[in-house]
Amino acid sequence: MKNKKLILNIIKTLALSIVLILYIIPFVLVLINSFKTRVQIVSNPLKLPESYSLSNYLEAFTKMNYSHAFVNSLIITVFSVIFIVVFSSMTAHLLVRKKWVFNKIIFFVFVLSMIIPFQGIMIPLVSIYGSIGMLNSKWSLIYMYIGFGVSLAVFMYHGFIKSIPVELEEAAMIDGCGLMQTFWKIVFPLLMPTTMTIMILDVLWIWNDFLLPSLILIEPTQRTLPLSTYYFYGTYTVNYGLAMAGLIITILPVILFYLFTQKHIINGVLQGSIK
Amino acid sequence: MNREKSFIKKLSTYLVFAGPATFAFITVIILPFLFGIYLTFTDWNGISSTHSFIGFKNYLSVFQDKTFFNSFLLTIKYVFFTVILTNIVAFLLAFILTSGVKGQNLFRSGFFTPNLIGGVLLGYIWQFIFSNVLVYIGNNFNLPIFSSSWLSNPDKAFWAMVIVGVWQYSGYMMIIYISGLMNVPKDIIEAASIDGAGGFRRLINVTLPMMVPSFTVCIFLSLQRTFMVYDVNLALTKGGPFKSTELISMTVYNKAFLSQDYGVGQAQAFFLFLIVATITLVQVYFSKKMEVEA
Repeated sequence: MKNKKLILNIIKTLALSIVLILYIIPFVLVLINSFKTRVQIVSNPLKLPESYSLSNYLEAFTKMNYSHAFVNSLIITVFSVIFIVVFSSMTAHLLVRKKWVFNKIIFFVFVLSMIIPFQGIMIPLVSIYGSIGMLNSKWSLIYMYIGFGVSLAVFMYHGFIKSIPVELEEAAMIDGCGLMQTFWKIVFPLLMPTTMTIMILDVLWIWNDFLLPSLILIEPTQRTLPLSTYYFYGTYTVNYGLAMAGLIITILPVILFYLFTQKHIINGVLQGSIK
Repeated sequence: MNREKSFIKKLSTYLVFAGPATFAFITVIILPFLFGIYLTFTDWNGISSTHSFIGFKNYLSVFQDKTFFNSFLLTIKYVFFTVILTNIVAFLLAFILTSGVKGQNLFRSGFFTPNLIGGVLLGYIWQFIFSNVLVYIGNNFNLPIFSSSWLSNPDKAFWAMVIVGVWQYSGYMMIIYISGLMNVPKDIIEAASIDGAGGFRRLINVTLPMMVPSFTVCIFLSLQRTFMVYDVNLALTKGGPFKSTELISMTVYNKAFLSQDYGVGQAQAFFLFLIVATITLVQVYFSKKMEVEA
């Protein structure tokens, strides 16, 4: 009986390992080929590289304008996420604590709007912001991410704030705190788990987003990492080694970040989905 | 007088706390949404300063447009296969992972990895695999199925997209299924074993009914995402060969931004929004009805 269970477990682990290898092997193949020349790749893409020269990487790094794109992506992601967290948590707090009719309506509109897919409004979005000359700047993009991000964040904070006993805030008010002070000193620290979840979901979304920045940031100097990868890969498709190196340097920061935060990320994704 | 004062006080409290979020939300989502509905009744090309009101003409041309119709059918087919396969694979992975295998964390993190990376990159990675690595394998190990690139054959290119979709999303859904499986109360499972239910019967009659909430969430998420795929489509096949893999997002994009036909493009987008909203709401409604209490 025990033996049977052990054998079954070994079979399961083996099956999972094979599937895992299938999942990961595309990345490994890209990595291997990023060290090779075009001729070596065409003659055998499965062979390990003969030498690990970084020349493809250096070339990709300059041609992609990598440092620029990385900083753009970083600025856009960090500012968007901070603003989403600050504005949404304050909004949700007000919507929960002040039971005005208007607040109920606006919360309902927030929730309802989540069903609108981005493609449903991208055309009017571009025409409106194009006509007032707000395209082509990272700050417009950040502003739009705030607009797109707040509804889900307000919804998630709303659910959490409802579970915080209001007496806690009343006590602080009696001690002389204003509404603003009560929020930042008492409520916001309690919201940490939700804040983590929102930050993780939004970082993954904004860092990797392609369609919105491709519509807004037309100037090469403003491009984010996914955009510059897109243009770079389009230009150097035939030069496989270089293209592969470009992919790897774009993936690398995400993987490094993941290695240190994987538990939080997986937990954040889970919390975000079941809400 | 007093009433007025309290209104002003309320208003200023609202503006201080919720003003920025509400303003951004309205200007980025609500206004474009309403303006978009207006656009569908005009013949604007996105550039000219004038446009005229043309009634329902754009909607008519949406339904008469063969490219749009084909792309819509293709998207339905893509969504159907990708959603089903993603959820089967994700559930199986989660089921095996929660049945007492060692190294759960390693597997979980590994399967989840594709979700960290943007669609454009995933598309390019698989483009390389399909048109280089697999062709090489096909030619050198005598596997005719791989000997020419999948991406140059309309049928195989479709399946290539499904494979990438399943690979991309299954890790995400697996996370949700794992948590669902861990939350199935142990005592019900034990009770079923005492009553003589074998492993398979326990799965069908006890575990699966308890897992309906997880299925609701996963099917909802995978429906929403697969319907709207754009970047993987763009990087993997660019809609080719001969527009045979052009999914609906790309069709809408091309209509508006390449053919400069904002009115028709937005009518297509609005039609798409109605379909997706209906399908997902119906799905959530029926799945909620199937939920059982422990």
